[in-house]
Amino acid sequence: MASKSRKNKFTEIFALGNEAVVEGALLAGCTFYAGYPITPSTEIAEEMANRLPHLRGGVFIQMEDEIAGLGAVIGASLAGRKAMTATSGPGFSLMQEHIGYACITEVPLVLVNVMRSGPSTGMPTNPAQGDVQQARWGTHGDHPIIVLSACDVQECLEMTVTAFNYAEKYRTPVILLLDEITAHTREKIRLPDPDELNIFSRLTPSMPPEWYMPYEDNMRGVASMPPLGSGYRYHVTGLIHDDHGYPTSNPREVEQIMHRLFRKIDQFFYDIQMVDEIMCEDAEVCVVAYGCVARSAALAVQQARERGIRAGLLKLKTLFPFPRPAVEKMLRQCSSILVPEMNMGQISREIKRVNNGQSKILTLNRVDGQIITPAQILGKIQKG
Amino acid sequence: MAKVTQLVHNYLRHSKRFPHVFCPGCGHGIVLGSLIRSIHSLGLAKDDVVLVAGIGCSGRIPVYVDFNTIHTTHGRALTFATGIKLANPRLKVIVIMGDGDALSIGGNHLIHAARRNIGVTALVLNNHIYGMTGGQSSCTTPMGSFSTTTPFGQLEEEFDISRVTKVCGASFVARTTVMQAKTMDSMISEAVLHPGFGLVEIISPCHTQYGRKNKFKSCVDMYKWLQKSSTPLEKFKEMSPEKQEKAIATGIFEKRDCEGLEEKYARMRRNLRGER
Ligand SMILES: Cc1ncc(C[n+]2csc(CCOP(=O)(O)OP(=O)(O)O)c2C)c(N)n1
Ligand code: SF4
Ligand SMILES: [Mg+2]
Repeated sequence: MASKSRKNKFTEIFALGNEAVVEGALLAGCTFYAGYPITPSTEIAEEMANRLPHLRGGVFIQMEDEIAGLGAVIGASLAGRKAMTATSGPGFSLMQEHIGYACITEVPLVLVNVMRSGPSTGMPTNPAQGDVQQARWGTHGDHPIIVLSACDVQECLEMTVTAFNYAEKYRTPVILLLDEITAHTREKIRLPDPDELNIFSRLTPSMPPEWYMPYEDNMRGVASMPPLGSGYRYHVTGLIHDDHGYPTSNPREVEQIMHRLFRKIDQFFYDIQMVDEIMCEDAEVCVVAYGCVARSAALAVQQARERGIRAGLLKLKTLFPFPRPAVEKMLRQCSSILVPEMNMGQISREIKRVNNGQSKILTLNRVDGQIITPAQILGKIQKG
Repeated sequence: MAKVTQLVHNYLRHSKRFPHVFCPGCGHGIVLGSLIRSIHSLGLAKDDVVLVAGIGCSGRIPVYVDFNTIHTTHGRALTFATGIKLANPRLKVIVIMGDGDALSIGGNHLIHAARRNIGVTALVLNNHIYGMTGGQSSCTTPMGSFSTTTPFGQLEEEFDISRVTKVCGASFVARTTVMQAKTMDSMISEAVLHPGFGLVEIISPCHTQYGRKNKFKSCVDMYKWLQKSSTPLEKFKEMSPEKQEKAIATGIFEKRDCEGLEEKYARMRRNLRGER
């Protein structure tokens, strides 16, 4: 369905959210996919199975389960590939141990979780936003992580590119949270010209191998990362390790690596925090939303303005690290903040956490497998 | 002897703080020595070797050697190895697992790695027990024997690792014990050279956690038992079923020509891309 636009170099295509993820991943340089099929993420695997073997070195493999899928992705990333997997609730639960492994071993990868109703098998074809806190804290142990979201098909592409960039830049797993509606919406999107994109790839070492430290505590907090087999032989382990990668339980060394892990994300907070402020300048009521709900919210805010209410929308694209400064600004400015989400309040609790009583926090929660409509949001804005 | 020790030293990481974690008399160190000798005899470059291990005492082996080494999660080493091999087929990927690692928690991955014939080599260090966590029963703990979680004797049937791997389609399967060091060297070499999935099951005694609970007075006792009970396959086949019960069959159970999954995939890709 691709049609070349005459004026510009970009291409327009008609695509599903899940297909846009694949387009984004390939533009970002992904050449490896491993995973296990699960609704509503399966189209990502199917499209990858079709596309990857046409690329130089491209590999797709369907593994025996999601644990194996993420294991293979970590292996491929260690071997130097940009690699990803995709899943949904039950598979996301199975992946948790390996998410922690990738955090502590600092292996770049992208994990797309298309959220469906849960817990357990839930409602496989119905949307939800119930995995937000699981994405943040699902794996055991204290750890930093980057969690992104997308609200439409164009954003599915863009945020996948961003997810790869962050993963490579900060040597970390990045989770992209979609929902069944966004993943299964088909709309026209603009495929960017590869030349106009900023693509980041991990730094590889240039020093002599004997000087190389895989977990060096440098200014950026991120060491360079050679592919396996390139002459830099080092040790990778899920045990807490020193800057050479060897296991340690020396409190000083343990503290150093744990603090560095947090620092490498925290100090680049302003690079990672992504929000869209829509009609926020003079807003008295601000809706904070993400994913498919942000689209309902955009319409509701517009309708509220038509009715003379000074409403605004703060759309979160980065969910974690939590975009606190952007939210705090609205907390100071608005008399009330409305947080509609398709869970029982997983982001609203983050907002309540940073609210110093400046603003009233209203919630609108829906967990029946149906989208929150603009009318519901408008009603809540009007009621105040 | 001194020469062999010297050779081993050439492959150790002297930056790593020794001593190692293994108990006196543990079989796992003997396997490491054998692995180094095999890799040396094959003339492989250190850079081209990737050692991937799971979690357990066996999983602690790679950290001591100067290859690319990866200590993964319990039971999942083969999944990492699969990703590495597909991403870079040039690398020689060798996976070290314990019995619990490979077949209890990791059974799903082992049967599928065998079925797919991914071109990696698996060394399963079978000590019939969970060594690292203090002697709980494993899926290979023989019926009737004791562990901390089978204080009244194991009721379950045990897995025969080599047999399971063979029926799942692996193209190279062999078993040896740490008492047959030379055979072990050549089996590991053969497995590493073999295209497709190769598995060597190595009976490696753990006196600390298994022997003591199962009437082996000392380590030496265990090694003597191992020597007595290991029986080459041809001889094993001629034994009576009662004698077979007490013996450990050693030898090559399966060896057939096979193309590794990574080779097949690369061929498919060349065809799709119209490359030669
Ligand atoms: C997911 C998970 N479950 C349990 C453990 C605890 N654990 C560590 S090693 C081990 C068993 C090791 O036994 P085996 O694989 O036979 O290796 P050995 O120590 O005998 O060489 C267990 C249960 C773990 N690390 N991870
Ligand atoms: S507990 Fe057993 S397997 Fe572990 S090091 Fe000691 S002897 Fe070896
Ligand atoms: Mg064991």
